[in-house]
Amino acid sequence: MLTLTHYLILSFTLFSIGVAGVLLRRNIIIVLMSLELIFNSVNISLAAFSYFLRSLNGTVFVIFNITVAAAEVAIGLAILVTVYRARRTVNVDEIDELRG
Amino acid sequence: MIIPYLGVLIIVGLVGFMGVMSFFASFIMRPRNPYAEKLTPWECGMEPVGEANAGHFRVHYFIIAILFIVFDVETLFLFPWATLLTDKGLSGFIFIEMIVFVAILAIGFIYAWVKGALEWV
Amino acid sequence: MIFNNAAIMQTLNVNLNAVAPVALMTVLAIVLMVIDFFLKRENKFSLGIVTLIGLVLILPVAATTVDPAPAFGGMVIADAYAAFFNVVFIIAAIFAVVISNDYLRKISSERGEYYYIIIFATIGMMVMASANDLVNLYVGLELMSLSFYILVAMRRSATGAEGALKYFILGAFSSGILLYGITFTYGFAGTTNLTEIARMGVNLSSANHYLLIAIIMLVAGFAFKIAAFPFHLWSPDAYEGAPTPVTALLSVGSKAAAFAFFLRFFGGAFHEFHAHWAGLLWILSAATMLVGATVAIQQKNIVRMLAYSSIAHAGIILIGVVVMNGFASAGVMFYMFVYAFMNMGAFTVVALMARNDGTGKSISDYKGLAGRRPVLAFVMALFLLSLAGIPPTGGFTAKFFILASAIEARYYWLAAIGVISTVISLFFYAKVIFYMYMKEPDALDDMAPVTQAPSTLAYNIIIFITAVSTMVLGLCPTPVMDMAIAAVSHL
Repeated sequence: MLTLTHYLILSFTLFSIGVAGVLLRRNIIIVLMSLELIFNSVNISLAAFSYFLRSLNGTVFVIFNITVAAAEVAIGLAILVTVYRARRTVNVDEIDELRG
Repeated sequence: MIIPYLGVLIIVGLVGFMGVMSFFASFIMRPRNPYAEKLTPWECGMEPVGEANAGHFRVHYFIIAILFIVFDVETLFLFPWATLLTDKGLSGFIFIEMIVFVAILAIGFIYAWVKGALEWV
Repeated sequence: MIFNNAAIMQTLNVNLNAVAPVALMTVLAIVLMVIDFFLKRENKFSLGIVTLIGLVLILPVAATTVDPAPAFGGMVIADAYAAFFNVVFIIAAIFAVVISNDYLRKISSERGEYYYIIIFATIGMMVMASANDLVNLYVGLELMSLSFYILVAMRRSATGAEGALKYFILGAFSSGILLYGITFTYGFAGTTNLTEIARMGVNLSSANHYLLIAIIMLVAGFAFKIAAFPFHLWSPDAYEGAPTPVTALLSVGSKAAAFAFFLRFFGGAFHEFHAHWAGLLWILSAATMLVGATVAIQQKNIVRMLAYSSIAHAGIILIGVVVMNGFASAGVMFYMFVYAFMNMGAFTVVALMARNDGTGKSISDYKGLAGRRPVLAFVMALFLLSLAGIPPTGGFTAKFFILASAIEARYYWLAAIGVISTVISLFFYAKVIFYMYMKEPDALDDMAPVTQAPSTLAYNIIIFITAVSTMVLGLCPTPVMDMAIAAVSHL
């Protein structure tokens, strides 16, 4: 029998993988994918809460979340293209002109 | 038994008819000039020049992808809306709401069009 | 009438008056978009004029829209508190738009999108200030953040793109953490509505695990948005990379919006759990004040210096959130109001001093400014003294209200750290003033900022308004403070 805890553990695992990806990976495209993982892990726990609490707010939130995440990824890709044009790299370590 | 789903059947029939009709119309109206290049089997995208791994994608792919993601996902709001539309108390109000929403989306679409993001050069 | 089911409509409470400012701003943005289709590149400045007229017309509507009953099923609440912050946002947007025109010409990036994305960012802030539901808050927050990501990248130079990328990755990451916190808030309260969460809080005798996770995640997410200490690393880079008017709006608007919701959330929905979150915010506030002020001393670039100074200011404003009584909350609102004027003024001077090639932002460029442009040097000194918190200015009264509320509520250590941070920050503010008045310029010939006559007028108007407001708010703060106290009393 699947309980709320199972879903929350799944969500937390995905969230942790996403956080690790953002903090550890150097390729910006992988970082963007990790961000997407974070947003989707949140969606899983929201949907699980919504189902087990018998409340619709969570489901509504998931729909808004998906659209916002899509907009986020669109802008992320656009910024990535700008950075690539200026610097010819998608590696975080090589983008370090601003310091101080 | 079948009566409540009659509307669905009619829609399915209409959609199928429209699809067949558009194929038929383009079959009648299209120009015919086959040549060797055109008859080669189509593979996904352009032929890669150089190493695709190095990130040398045309920016245009990104723009199309970005536009697709955004407009594709915005239609998500139509589903919960559609289930509520039968509610007599709400239908008038939410119908107007959705018209406003779609109008704003349409302006975004026109924006992309005017700025030339949809031209495939 | 089309609304024939009275019961549903009553729960829904469709109240278009409550969302009138946001709706008008959206209409303005769309009108600008449509006008932009028909404008040639050299005529884009006229969009700025339309934006300005629109914002000035919407300002009184936003100021007078007070309708404290929650509308749209409890999603939106247009109380006096929201109206106060809406006025701050629109004023900041007006200032940013006025100085943008010339600055965009300087960096040769005259694009129509710039103006309506500024409007979209302002709409996001306004939605945040009047949000009474976590869904609404999140959508507003993202609308603001996404607009700012684009605006920071607007310069298209290597530094602009780099600042935008860092801002984007850290901003999206912090949104994710905030969302996770919101999820657990929903998990323990069973609702996303702030009023209902507050009602849950009264019934809940002791804390559960969901609540603690929610508090930690929410504080971390918001600390990113206000650039508090361990989460501040994006802000100097984004500030330096962005066009200066955007930097000004970012430092004032996004911070005010985040604090607006901070107060409503922790003061309203989570008020019962003050003991749980106050300690966390105490540490955050103290660390932010000290780190911001200390790191600012070694900055060579004036934009980075102001970025770290704004981090220190965020720490001081956080004191008001930690104390969280009526007076402290009003102090936070007053601080944001003053901060809008003094910070906007300082950034206007920075934008005026910036040269066409993007240089002129180093502190050494300000050497001997008093000899060449005495009035400009005087107002810059005024803004810096106000930011430092020297008596006859608005910055002093703002800091005074916050620190007084902390002492009154027996947060002596926090108040002491606030004073220490203010003393440290005097060093770097005084350094710029010292450079302007005591030093000789390095090379006289390239000192003159290239600015055309009409836009000099625009700069002068903004500098005049901000300088006068900073002084007036310092000399007679009571009207604004009374408004703030009246606004928080219904929170």
